Amino acid sequence: MPFRHKNTRRIEGLDSNVWVEFTKVAADPSIVNLGQGLPDISPPSYVKEELAKVAAVDRLNQYTRGFGHPSLVKALSQVYEKVCGRKIDPLTDILVTVGAYGSLFSTIQALIEEGDEVIIIEPFYDCYEPMVKMAGAKPVFIPLRCKNNGNSASSADWVLDPAELANKFNSKTKAIILNTPHNPIGKVFTLEELQVIADLCIKHDTLCISDEVYEWLVYKGNKHIKIATLPGMWERTVTIGSAGKTYSVTGWKLGWSIGPEYLIKHLQVVHQNTLYTCPTPLQEALAQAFWVDYKRMDDPDCYFYSLSRELESKRDRMAQLLKEAGLKPVIPDGGYFMIVDVSTLNVDLSDVDEKQPYDYKFVKWMIASKKLSAIPLSAFCGLETKKQFEKYIRFCFIKKDSTLDAAEVILKNWNKQTG
Amino acid sequence: MLRRAGPSLRHFLLERNSSAGHSSCSREAKMSRPVRARRLEGIDKNIWVEFVNLAATYSKVNLGQGFPDFPAPDFLTEALTRALGGGNHMLHQYTRAFVIIIEPFFDCYEPMVKMAGGTPVFVPLRPNPPKDGKLMSSADWQLDPAELASKFSERTKAIVLNSPNNPLGKVFSREELGLIAELCVKHDVLCISDEVYEWLVYDGKQHIRIASLQGMWDRTVIIGSAGKTFSATGWKVGWAVGPDRLLQHLRTVHQNSVYHCATIAQEAVAQGFQRELMLYGKPESYFVQLPKELQQKRDWLVQSLDGVGMKPIIPEGTYFLVADISPFKSDVPDVPNSDEPYDSRFAKWMVKNKGLAAIPLSAFYSEAHKNNYTNFIRFCFAKEEATLKAASDILQKWKQKKTSS
Repeated sequence: MPFRHKNTRRIEGLDSNVWVEFTKVAADPSIVNLGQGLPDISPPSYVKEELAKVAAVDRLNQYTRGFGHPSLVKALSQVYEKVCGRKIDPLTDILVTVGAYGSLFSTIQALIEEGDEVIIIEPFYDCYEPMVKMAGAKPVFIPLRCKNNGNSASSADWVLDPAELANKFNSKTKAIILNTPHNPIGKVFTLEELQVIADLCIKHDTLCISDEVYEWLVYKGNKHIKIATLPGMWERTVTIGSAGKTYSVTGWKLGWSIGPEYLIKHLQVVHQNTLYTCPTPLQEALAQAFWVDYKRMDDPDCYFYSLSRELESKRDRMAQLLKEAGLKPVIPDGGYFMIVDVSTLNVDLSDVDEKQPYDYKFVKWMIASKKLSAIPLSAFCGLETKKQFEKYIRFCFIKKDSTLDAAEVILKNWNKQTG
Repeated sequence: MLRRAGPSLRHFLLERNSSAGHSSCSREAKMSRPVRARRLEGIDKNIWVEFVNLAATYSKVNLGQGFPDFPAPDFLTEALTRALGGGNHMLHQYTRAFVIIIEPFFDCYEPMVKMAGGTPVFVPLRPNPPKDGKLMSSADWQLDPAELASKFSERTKAIVLNSPNNPLGKVFSREELGLIAELCVKHDVLCISDEVYEWLVYDGKQHIRIASLQGMWDRTVIIGSAGKTFSATGWKVGWAVGPDRLLQHLRTVHQNSVYHCATIAQEAVAQGFQRELMLYGKPESYFVQLPKELQQKRDWLVQSLDGVGMKPIIPEGTYFLVADISPFKSDVPDVPNSDEPYDSRFAKWMVKNKGLAAIPLSAFYSEAHKNNYTNFIRFCFAKEEATLKAASDILQKWKQKKTSS
């Protein structure tokens, strides 16, 4: 009898992945890797120390509460109560998941029905699209557009057209996915911009899935605003956070969803029927780390602010180097990525046969000839918008000084090798 | 022990409020459109959420949820410490078809099949008690071959096999596996083989992997667990092994759900396995020592239960056993027309009044069959001697109270 088992419809077409493609290419140690968002700086020492301590406690190597380790959800509720200015019940309003990825997955599986439409702002973190599709729903894209006719110096230049956005909402629209601070552009949505989105969500009774993993990484002159704190929004927003981004421990894979009980309870059902519980020792260590920083949330030494300051100087250094090499960086207001317009270099890649967008070809050329890697921006766009973004590539700057030093050498020598 | 800036764990769990009235958002309007996706219909209840909470609140001795209360082996935690101290800070850096489920089953199989839009089809293990009045063994619970065959149809996509079996502790024999394998091959059905307790087999029994049977490798996904293998359930590292043409689809789901697992836990587990590879078959192997230790605990608990009149079913594997609590039923009167199965009410009464936590067997049955066996509860014996002794004391006192009243 022939073997008839193939993949289910729900994962049809979801197998390709930009990370699988580019991390393989950039894995060569001689390449300076500014591609994947992987910090190569050290996490704070007290975070590592807590994990070492915790691993020695026998009870903490066994199962904990499924929806989140009690000391962690308690710590999260305290931190976020302070930030949001409202009471957050640690047991009913919070779910701890395997990374923010797990929160996105649980939220989408819990609340998005087959046939629903979900608005995704381009460029977008690449997993939003396949996750929406896996739920049998339809992604509806809307691009951020550059205000100054393509002359963009700052992430703030990239904006949504309010009329265009309003047109995307209809009775089938179940949710909009918001990402602020934004990956890859680094945009920090302003109060006015959030209000436009909020007004539409309320008018159309739509959910807001707010991916705020970079919430602490905002640079001078900018403020991270939680859309859930706008009037009428707490009841329709699931806000997602990440230990990996907060404490530079991406390998810990802990994230959380915060929102009203009547929404979070459905995420909890998905979670209890998929992974059930997250690793205990990591949750306990994270809880202890949060207590350290909670106590100094009014102090500039708090890691939430000190990391941001450290990254701001890396951002500025990176931008300077790119400009000197003749590239046009878009200075991000937040996050640890920077997009760069490479069209100014006029690198002719028309002889490269592959049917890929320009930025894919550029990055592969740059890896091969300059030993520097980045991620092509069209990886973060829907099919129709790829042309608009194919002159941009994304650099990650949460890198230690020696990595940035190596990047500096390459960028300073860039023009010597071309022309 | 640990610095805690917040309330203690136990106190905290006791503070759990019901949802009514606690939320401060009662004045804000909820969304008026229905929010919950249809795929979650009927899967919101969960035995662990309920019983873990009860045990945390009331129990003095917890033989309920399956986790060891003895430490994970030193070599494993040392591996984690080495990984942490190794200076490589990069270790801190970046998933209208029918599925056959054999009852009793680990409870998550049913809701997972439903969430995928599949329909579970149940087939029971049936007890054949030995004639001589000896204690039953998990081997006495068997599938009826004709009944099993009748569950396979052309719309059957997969069968979920769990051997060694939770909750009974049954270790499927070569003949029993052969029966299942034959049907899988005949009907072109996948086998999802949950073998998390693969190293925990007693009395010299052998764990046989169904994937090693003829025609089975190509249609089987084998599932394993670091938590059970290395007594570190809190690490949450598990794995699926199988042919690439099946695994590739699991990878697609994985990359679109959680994508990665915790790096440092994987590194430590890898080192644990390296050690075991070197010691494979030797007496110092953890895979030899752990079942040896657990067998003694099994025998101890069997004796304790038998001694007070509860009838344990002697498990061939896993760290669970199921016992018939009939002589103690008089403490928990039957409530006719109750929604809740008797054994569940019994287990709840037991944890609240005797401080001893166990899990009702009905938790491992489909809705339609929850009242098939009303007198069994499951105990976990992966516990320190002190815990098992404390359990025995509770049982003794309970028995004395009954005989003296």
